Amino acid sequence: MTHLTTTANTLVSADKLTCIREERILFDELSFSVNEGEIIQIEGPNGAGKTSLLRILAGLSRPYAGAVFYQGEDITRCRDEFNENLLYLGHLAGVKSELTAEENLNFNLRLSGYDQFNSGEILAKVNLKGFEEALAGHLSAGQHRRTALARLWHTNCKIWILDEPFTAIDKRGVAELEQLFLEHAASGGCVILTTHQDMGLIKDERLRKLKLEYRFI
Amino acid sequence: MWKWLHPYADPERAYQLSDKLLPWFTFLAIAFIATGTVWGLAFAPTDYQQGDSYRIIFIHVPAASMSMAAYMGMATAAFIGLVWQIKAADWTAAAIAPIGAVVTFIALFTGASWGKPMWGTWWVWDARLTSELVLLFLYLGVIALYASFEDKVLAARAAGILAIVGVINIPIIKYSVEWWSSLHQPSTIRITEKSTMSTDMLYPLLINIFGFGLMIGALTLVRFKAEILARNAMRPWVREMALARGAK
Amino acid sequence: MKRGISYTQAFATVLKRDLKIAVRHRGDIFNPLLFFVMVVTLFPLGIGPEPQVLTRIAPGIIWVAALLASMLSLERLFKADFVDGSLEQMLLSPQPLYLTVLAKVLAHWILTGVPLILVSPLLAVLLHLEENSYGALMSTLALGTPVLSLLGAIGVALTVGLRKGGVLLSLLILPLYIPVLIFATSAIDAAGMNLPYDGQLAIIGAMLVGSLTLAPFAVGASLRVSTN
Repeated sequence: MTHLTTTANTLVSADKLTCIREERILFDELSFSVNEGEIIQIEGPNGAGKTSLLRILAGLSRPYAGAVFYQGEDITRCRDEFNENLLYLGHLAGVKSELTAEENLNFNLRLSGYDQFNSGEILAKVNLKGFEEALAGHLSAGQHRRTALARLWHTNCKIWILDEPFTAIDKRGVAELEQLFLEHAASGGCVILTTHQDMGLIKDERLRKLKLEYRFI
Repeated sequence: MWKWLHPYADPERAYQLSDKLLPWFTFLAIAFIATGTVWGLAFAPTDYQQGDSYRIIFIHVPAASMSMAAYMGMATAAFIGLVWQIKAADWTAAAIAPIGAVVTFIALFTGASWGKPMWGTWWVWDARLTSELVLLFLYLGVIALYASFEDKVLAARAAGILAIVGVINIPIIKYSVEWWSSLHQPSTIRITEKSTMSTDMLYPLLINIFGFGLMIGALTLVRFKAEILARNAMRPWVREMALARGAK
Repeated sequence: MKRGISYTQAFATVLKRDLKIAVRHRGDIFNPLLFFVMVVTLFPLGIGPEPQVLTRIAPGIIWVAALLASMLSLERLFKADFVDGSLEQMLLSPQPLYLTVLAKVLAHWILTGVPLILVSPLLAVLLHLEENSYGALMSTLALGTPVLSLLGAIGVALTVGLRKGGVLLSLLILPLYIPVLIFATSAIDAAGMNLPYDGQLAIIGAMLVGSLTLAPFAVGASLRVSTN
């Protein structure tokens, strides 16, 4: 761990991650660490391994080699503590079409362990007021996505890993999300995200970028 | 306790080790099987009840006993791979599966061929034949699962979990099949190996059992080496080796 | 933002959600049941209607049909959650995966296993099952079908990420079903001959306890591979 610049406020660190998909090396011996208060954008062309990297960081995929550390401990060894502090939203939203917007939010929050919340209030924050009773299958793509994102307004997880959070979200919604990310970072959390959209509020000095190149071998 | 294993978690070291072991396994396997088979087929005495047809025992019993041992070996490797997250162990498990399946098939085939002169029929629902058949199904399941995943690193992990689930179930299946067979067949002709087997029959049999084990080891090493090369084809050490071999 | 959910509440949350989704998607409950009834009615048509023959083979037919129906219905256990990303969220939840898996399997058994048990006496009448055997039939199904669901869940978890899971699934899990089949049919046979069958029931019960403790771990490990 000597080669990694970890400090007391490092939340997640990647140690020599190697990812191989379909016999192609996506990234090799990638090391970096994410500290409290940081917003990190993973950049790169399609197929460069952005989603793979996020899934490895979240502990969903196992890297071919290397490991992810949470507060200095391998996440496969401290999965419960890590999961308690992790909020991951993949590009699949995890929203059930058979349930209403409110039921979806309730389930997701309860699954994360929260038992006291006002789901109507939270849904209002993502502009879903009046849609609480609508089946998620009947919502528009943007509203569907907002149902999943609503969890961000009720969480005490420090590590947010978001894969394309702005997909199907309108300009105002993007600005609101960016504001939320900034507040989250300011309160000692971190955000690791991918996006193809330009962010208006989160500018250069607030944002750290990590570039993944497309590799052919 | 398992520290000595860790260096071999590195594919390159594992490859070199199996490269070194392979000639020994091959040589010993050929020596043992040749000795045991020639002794058993040509020099061992004729059975006073079954005549010469009993001689298939020198293939049947080694195959049958090793079919189970190979499954245990596969499950052990899979367990190591699962607990200590060593990919090379997963690959070992995946390498053993087809070999074990073939050995199980040999045991079934020789068992059936033996049954024809003894029982007058190719197949009876005898407890041993039935559990051997189920064992073949378990092997085929592992192989089919491994083949279905495109990502072979995942394939080996999935097949490993199935192998472990299978190994927990084998004793239960074996016990239930034996119980079932005793329930439904009160009077079968039994051709159990007589416990008082003459040593002239026993030694070649033991030699062949050991030879079969070595042969499975040698074949596993061959497949394991191929597996490592296939999974690491884009690694510099594999490329260098391929270039060096090509230059010869 | 207190996190005060107990294990029981977490278990109930997953259970209720799966039941609710299934109730809004009723076909999933009735199709395996229809399959079970259809398969059983095919046998008299294939073998002939002699009551003695049917009585002799009824336990085997009902149980083999139950195995197949359970396996077919299991295919959907994790599929929808895998497709829409909910499964990932369950794997990343701080709740023990063991509980989540157990709740999902229980929900599935309530929806498919229980109806199957309830309809089985009707099929037993069609197949002229011995009158003494009805109790044994019901009790073996009650103890045995949860074992089928738990063992089957392992196979489903291993194949949920694959495009062609169906046929593969049968190859993976049918061999594991053999002991349940053997002891269940033998218990029904024994009951038909007025012999005690509590030994067989005890063994199936032991299998249930064993699979309850071990299978969810295997399912969890398999799901982690499948969502990789």
